[in-house]
Amino acid sequence: MDIEMNTPILEMKGITKEFPGVKALDNVTFQVAKGEIRFLVGENGAGKSTLMKVLSGVYPHGQYTGDILINGEVQKFGTIRDSERMGVAIIYQELALFPELTIYENIFMGHEISNASRVDWNETIKQANKMLKRVRLNVNPEAKIRSLGVGKQQLVEIAKTLSKDVKLLILDEPTAALNEDDVENLFVLLRELKAQGVTCIMISHKLKEVTELADSVTVLRDGQTICTLDAKKGEVTEDALIKNMVGREIEDIHPKRDHQRSEETVLEVKNLNAYDPKLNRDILKDMNFNLKKGEIIGFAGLMGSGRTELALSIFGNTPGYRLSGDILLHGEKKNFNHPKDAIDAGIAYVTEDRKGNGLVLDQTIKENTTLANLHDISNRYVIDENIEIKVANEYKDAMNTKAPSIMQKVVNLSGGNQQKVSLAKWLFVKPDVLILDEPTRGIDVGAKFEIYTIMNQLVEQGMSIIMLSSELSEVLGMSDRVYVVSQGKITGELPVEEATQENIMVLATQE
Amino acid sequence: MSFISELQKVLRENIRDYGMFIALFVIMAFFTAMTDGIFISSRNISNLLNQTGYIAVLGVGMMLIIVIRHIDLSVGFLSGFLGALAAIALETWGLSVYIVLPMILLLGTLAGAATGTLVAVVGIPAFVASLAGFLIYRGAILVALQKTGTIIITDETFNAIGNGYIPDIPGLDTFLPGVHKLTILLGIVAVVLYVMSEIKNRNNKKAYNFEVLSMNIFVLKLVFVAGLIGSVTWILAGFRGLSWTVVLVIIVVSIYHFVTTQTVLGRHIYAVGGNPEAAELSGISVRNTTYAVFCSMGMLSGLSGIMFASRLQSATMTAGTLFELDAIAAAFVGGASATGGVGKVTGALVGALVMTSLTSGMNLMSIDISYQYMVRGVVLAAAVIFDVATRGKA
Repeated sequence: MDIEMNTPILEMKGITKEFPGVKALDNVTFQVAKGEIRFLVGENGAGKSTLMKVLSGVYPHGQYTGDILINGEVQKFGTIRDSERMGVAIIYQELALFPELTIYENIFMGHEISNASRVDWNETIKQANKMLKRVRLNVNPEAKIRSLGVGKQQLVEIAKTLSKDVKLLILDEPTAALNEDDVENLFVLLRELKAQGVTCIMISHKLKEVTELADSVTVLRDGQTICTLDAKKGEVTEDALIKNMVGREIEDIHPKRDHQRSEETVLEVKNLNAYDPKLNRDILKDMNFNLKKGEIIGFAGLMGSGRTELALSIFGNTPGYRLSGDILLHGEKKNFNHPKDAIDAGIAYVTEDRKGNGLVLDQTIKENTTLANLHDISNRYVIDENIEIKVANEYKDAMNTKAPSIMQKVVNLSGGNQQKVSLAKWLFVKPDVLILDEPTRGIDVGAKFEIYTIMNQLVEQGMSIIMLSSELSEVLGMSDRVYVVSQGKITGELPVEEATQENIMVLATQE
Repeated sequence: MSFISELQKVLRENIRDYGMFIALFVIMAFFTAMTDGIFISSRNISNLLNQTGYIAVLGVGMMLIIVIRHIDLSVGFLSGFLGALAAIALETWGLSVYIVLPMILLLGTLAGAATGTLVAVVGIPAFVASLAGFLIYRGAILVALQKTGTIIITDETFNAIGNGYIPDIPGLDTFLPGVHKLTILLGIVAVVLYVMSEIKNRNNKKAYNFEVLSMNIFVLKLVFVAGLIGSVTWILAGFRGLSWTVVLVIIVVSIYHFVTTQTVLGRHIYAVGGNPEAAELSGISVRNTTYAVFCSMGMLSGLSGIMFASRLQSATMTAGTLFELDAIAAAFVGGASATGGVGKVTGALVGALVMTSLTSGMNLMSIDISYQYMVRGVVLAAAVIFDVATRGKA
């Protein structure tokens, strides 16, 4: 299936990259021919971004094994600058522009046109104009980046790489934040660049785009190259892509439970829309779902599909979105203005980012366990430390948190134990509805199994759980029903019996 | 584990908590040696503690401000302005001291609320919001005093706050003459209470199977702290006993210590400082907590203003100059972390003592004021370097 065209511009041979405890890339091998548009696809965590970071020198030579060959020569990149010198440029999903600087300043940031040590601004503007023409962006180069839309900002990023004489352009999910017109513009531009001999590697989750634009596609799964499909041979179809992306055996680490079929609706969300004033766009569109008593519903979807935003919108709307639609708890319309309101009403939210916004790392297990429900351990605002110690110990035992004592600071715990503390904190508020955002991200299999067991116990006791997860096996193994989210919309609802990795992936990559 | 190795381990693990005590001890020993013991004399220590008072109360408030990752530059001139206002109320308006004191504390709280509104509600960086306050209160002092100049305060009750001492037990003049008996008695009570609470605490911890200090180290700690309280008491009793300033500082530190360690509000403050996003998602109102901490800072500025005016027995145009920087220094020397979430109010007291000891000691050594500033700057930098270097080890 190799695409041979003289010497490939890029060849990656046997690339292996390990992080403590995980093999992110396992003997990845592939080649890209000059002037080709190659896509990299795969589930979250398949290793796409890590691979591109190896290629661009973010992970320098020596931190991985294997060889990178450009035009047949082995490269040992120590920094990003080394790879740029060879014509490799990477554009991340999060654009790396300076919003308060002008377009021309941004384009030549880091490789200013200078005469001795003085920047030649006239020449800079002239060159910037040339670059802007090449990306067909008709704006004044003296405008500030802030004044441009995301689509145009992306073009500026591309102009910036062109100014560095790029030969191999890497784009990490370039269309994630773009509207349809911008995507169309981008594709036209990429085809033009291709005609000019620029090779392009793109990471994307939108399979429709992949089939539209790709010359070839490499599928990664669990850090390994699964296959490379050639468009000219008609191998690039959505079906083929999905089959290769997901074809993993589901390990049976999910403890069994009878699926609940209660008719009592605990939480119902109707026509929920959210607009993010900071991003200046709609992030949730017309979402409808319900949660029955004693049930686990799984929200599947790719990263950035809007699941966390959905949870935050329900849980007191801390990001300050403009919301419309109804949230009904036990049939009663609710309006939560602060997480406190949601907690008081019986909702708990275990965040996906336990270190960032879940735990107070510098504090002890004890203090973290009781933080969301100090009311229950205090008497007229004075904390009863004896009760607190008792509570913290009870939850430590119930969760089987491994630590010498509850006086241990959580910063010193492993990821799995931190997650247990995080969960304990939210169980202590004794919620009716528990929202778990990526409940087992970054923790070992043993701790995963323990958390799944706890989830099963909770629903048996009548709690209802919303689980947001990017791991398909977890969604399939734990849920009673599955909702699939894509681009801020619910694209499907499936009883777990009908859900498969394939049909979830189809819905998750739908637009 | 042998005694020495356990002692080393305890010191190493608690270096953040003990570091400032060690620093204070070293500074005091140094000045005592350099001044042939004048530094540690009863008169000087008594004087030193009285000088520390108005900085210590500001330091306590500033500690909490820094814990929640903010700063307040307005407190110095706010303190000066409120002191001036107190003098005007007493002397010009002829109000009773019992009305003036609560009035000033209330006004301080309102001023703190104003800064708090800008920071917590409007979302202006505390540095800028309080810098505005800094300028406004500076101007307000000038407006208040420009007609009269310095106002001399004649109210004896008011002046006693900064200069008076607690009365002695009557009728015991022949017993231990020249020693303040009530001070000794209070010192003994303090030692007994301390030892009892430590023993109770240790037994509680043992009951929950927490790690406790071994008996030897525990006794060493008790003897050390009891000795410290005892010697301070003895030194003070040799002059005129406990001053009202010291009593006031002990009350303020005790209340704040209780609030920060035992109450829901205290937990909220440290959670907001440690991780504001996590605190918000845990149902804590970061806004209200921030607001409360700024209000407390304003109230303590009022108290500080009262203490300073009372100590000088007058209100002057320059009152409050650089107080905010002394308070910030006290908080950092006292163990506040530049990244927030860490710092005890008792630390602010020790930090204030370190800063005043430096001033007092260098004055006794007749070191020029220009060098004094430099030394204090170096000590402040050293405290923050110490914080950065020991972060994550405690």
